[in-house]
Amino acid sequence: MKKKKFWTLGVMLILVLSTILAACGGSDTKDTGSKDTSSGGDKASGGPKTLVYGRGTDSTALDPATVTEGESFKVTVNIYETLINFGEKDVTLQPGLAKSWEPSADGLTYTMQLEEGVKFHDGTNFNAEAVVKNFERWKAGADKFPYYSSQFTVGGKQVIESITADGDYKVIFKLSQPQATFLKNLAMSPFAIASPAAFEKDDDSLKDHPVGTGPFKFVEWKRNDSITIEKNPDYRIADLPKLDKVIFRSIPENSTRFNELTNGDVDIVDGLSPSDKASIESNTDLQLIERPSMNVGYLGLTVTRPPFDNVKVRQAVNYAIDKQTLVDAFFEGLGETAKNPMPPLVAGYNDDIKGYEYDPEKAKALLAEAGYDGKEIELWAMPVPRPYMPDGQKIAEAIQKNLADVGMKSKIVSFEWATYLEKAEKGDADAFLLGWTGDNGDADNFLYTLLDGDNIGSNNYTFYDNKDLHKILVAAQTEMDEDKRNALYKQAQEIISKDAPWVPIAHSTPILAANTKVTNYIAHPTGSDRLEAVDMK
Amino acid sequence: MKDQSNRLVKADPFYSMCKDFNAFHAKVYFENNRGVKKMLHYMGRRLSQLIPVLLGMTFIVFMLIRAIPGNPAQVILGQQATKEAVEALNASLGLDKPWYTQYFSYLGGIFQGDLGVSLRTKLPVSEEIFPYLAATAELALFAMIIAVIVGVNAGIISAWFQNSWFDYVAMVVALIGVSVPVFWLGLMEQWAFSNQLGWFPTSGRENVRDPITAITHFYLLDTLIQGRFDQFTEVIKRLVLPGMALATIPMAIIARMTRSSMLEVMRSDYVRTARAKGQKMFIVVYKHALKNAVIPVLTVIGLQTGLLLGGAILTETIFSWPGIGRYIYDAIGFRDYPVIQSGILVIAFIFIMINLIVDLLYTVIDPRIKYK
Repeated sequence: MKKKKFWTLGVMLILVLSTILAACGGSDTKDTGSKDTSSGGDKASGGPKTLVYGRGTDSTALDPATVTEGESFKVTVNIYETLINFGEKDVTLQPGLAKSWEPSADGLTYTMQLEEGVKFHDGTNFNAEAVVKNFERWKAGADKFPYYSSQFTVGGKQVIESITADGDYKVIFKLSQPQATFLKNLAMSPFAIASPAAFEKDDDSLKDHPVGTGPFKFVEWKRNDSITIEKNPDYRIADLPKLDKVIFRSIPENSTRFNELTNGDVDIVDGLSPSDKASIESNTDLQLIERPSMNVGYLGLTVTRPPFDNVKVRQAVNYAIDKQTLVDAFFEGLGETAKNPMPPLVAGYNDDIKGYEYDPEKAKALLAEAGYDGKEIELWAMPVPRPYMPDGQKIAEAIQKNLADVGMKSKIVSFEWATYLEKAEKGDADAFLLGWTGDNGDADNFLYTLLDGDNIGSNNYTFYDNKDLHKILVAAQTEMDEDKRNALYKQAQEIISKDAPWVPIAHSTPILAANTKVTNYIAHPTGSDRLEAVDMK
Repeated sequence: MKDQSNRLVKADPFYSMCKDFNAFHAKVYFENNRGVKKMLHYMGRRLSQLIPVLLGMTFIVFMLIRAIPGNPAQVILGQQATKEAVEALNASLGLDKPWYTQYFSYLGGIFQGDLGVSLRTKLPVSEEIFPYLAATAELALFAMIIAVIVGVNAGIISAWFQNSWFDYVAMVVALIGVSVPVFWLGLMEQWAFSNQLGWFPTSGRENVRDPITAITHFYLLDTLIQGRFDQFTEVIKRLVLPGMALATIPMAIIARMTRSSMLEVMRSDYVRTARAKGQKMFIVVYKHALKNAVIPVLTVIGLQTGLLLGGAILTETIFSWPGIGRYIYDAIGFRDYPVIQSGILVIAFIFIMINLIVDLLYTVIDPRIKYK
């Protein structure tokens, strides 16, 4: 009898606990956008086609204008559409919701002709007025729409002076100054057009109930778990999308994600490390998908801190590091060594630059010439893997060895990621590993953003400030002639190469792995893949 | 007979051990139970003690997370953000105000039941936290059930057959259990039971191709309410691997605690008396001895349940479990101050409540224990 009582107690404990948990969680168990999803039970074979996409992190919000991280764009790029699209696997400009566009000769006016007969997922019409309302919304809130303020502000001044509707399907942009990257910016995921009916009712509603015109409609979001989108039967392009449903699952642990793929529970995974390449290739059920590289991983040398205030020391470090070995060892060949701060895919890339070949003797001579005193430097290793830097710790160790070979002692340090970035931004590091993935595929987004004096305190972590370079980069921002502009960027890369504020290490090729059932998957360099053409066998 | 055994227990070394365990919370003395009134009084006192503890904790957490470098506005806006945008966001989040203003406005909110709004997702924490809490609670309770059933019985049998092969094996396994890293164990489980044998799904709370409609966010309940027994079995299957990984440490601790506590009691005179009476050994162990041995075990169970609710980050990560540990961990990366503060506050509250419940359970198990 008493034994029974003991177990009764156990059960009671559990019941009491769950009651308390339920009570303290708040009476409101309002769901994050849960709708009836009783259509479940489908398997890919025969029935509806469902693609399960495994990735490392959840999205932050599904209102693309309010966020900056790629995990949100991965989803929103399939729910919303932009006026202009990037090419299938490059950053050329293609028609999106705008059929055509016409810049004026002075580069201050753009006239765009919009697609007709397009509807938002809530049934309202897409037209010129809707476009105007979206831009007016972004213009009004600098702190709410980070990309709008960073991409459409030059020298503290808003680039888009006005946007007006001319009839139902024509919009006219008036700029305060010419902006060479204007159209490329419009193709970026954050500037996707949302339903004004949705955000006018509640400006915050889009972040968990997105309403766009894209190939997929939002169904449900279980935070930190999964986001489900389903086919938009009224999509403006006939026969698309091919899939009925896409589910984005957050699977933080790399090996678990890969296990799920081999078990067939997910159909495609990203965020893999280069070392997974071999196991993908050896599995006949899997295919390897390579994402074209639009990034750079580098070792930054803070030019305001000795010994790197001396250009010869910086050049010496460039000679001392064996990039080819780094790429072979830590990128598994999935990448190429870098000689410029931007990848070759970007227009204006200067291939004539020779770069610094691996030459320890030259490095030693330069260090001697510079009068380097042998003081130990701090070498900062990134604590997290990023596509441009798969293993910061190991790469730092290899660099440490390279530096020791030419007589420079270094100590590897690392911090938690947010701390790392903040300290590096303040110029606390001697030498630090970091990288960048391009936002809009433009040279300005690499050279000006990362190496211009204007961006010290934000993205120019080396505090490198060259007045000649600044003049060139600013001129290029308003130069509308493509050839002249590219010439300016080539010149800029020469200056940077000579001043050597960085050791550019590699342009990596991020990889995805998919089940062989998945067809027509094309990975985009920006990291946001459009899934309307993807199909399943 | 009963009086005599009470007197005997009082002199027993185990009694003083019990006393050590409980002295902090409850005064133990022998007297007949005077009823619910005293217990309610005790509860009231304990709950009022809770306020300074939680207040102190909010202050410490508040100051600590602000001491670490990293600016939420910068993290939210990303590397691309302009300085102006960061400053504007800081101002609109109220992060430019002095710390005491921020602290007291946060505190004021809590007293009105407002846990703040997540800086990252802009959702109220009180609304956002519940599904995570439910996910973790379901997993933690499942794990604790495994841990208690296996742990208590292993401890009892080890003590019963002290120095037998079972005792040695169980205690070595328990030692391994407390020392094995959870992430390694989790990955091994996935490899063995999911990849090789295919018995259980690798990770996640549900089959995303057949999603569960959340009502209470406790999926075992939800599927039962909706009469989806197929989904119920799926949820159980998905609980097994993370549940086992999570149960290992508490199971080992419970087994060791039960064994040592049982050994003490088994040596006491009243047990010898019971055996001399000719009582069956099984009854002696499970009826007479266990009852006196279970109090310290209960304390350990309470503490471990509390720990599991807050500290399952590794298991949640490996098994893609959308639980509260990962929620708070991610919030630290994003410097999402309200989520970190309120998340820890909620966990601390639950931890304290569980311990209170355990203290109250003492009287139910042992009527001689009373609260002052």
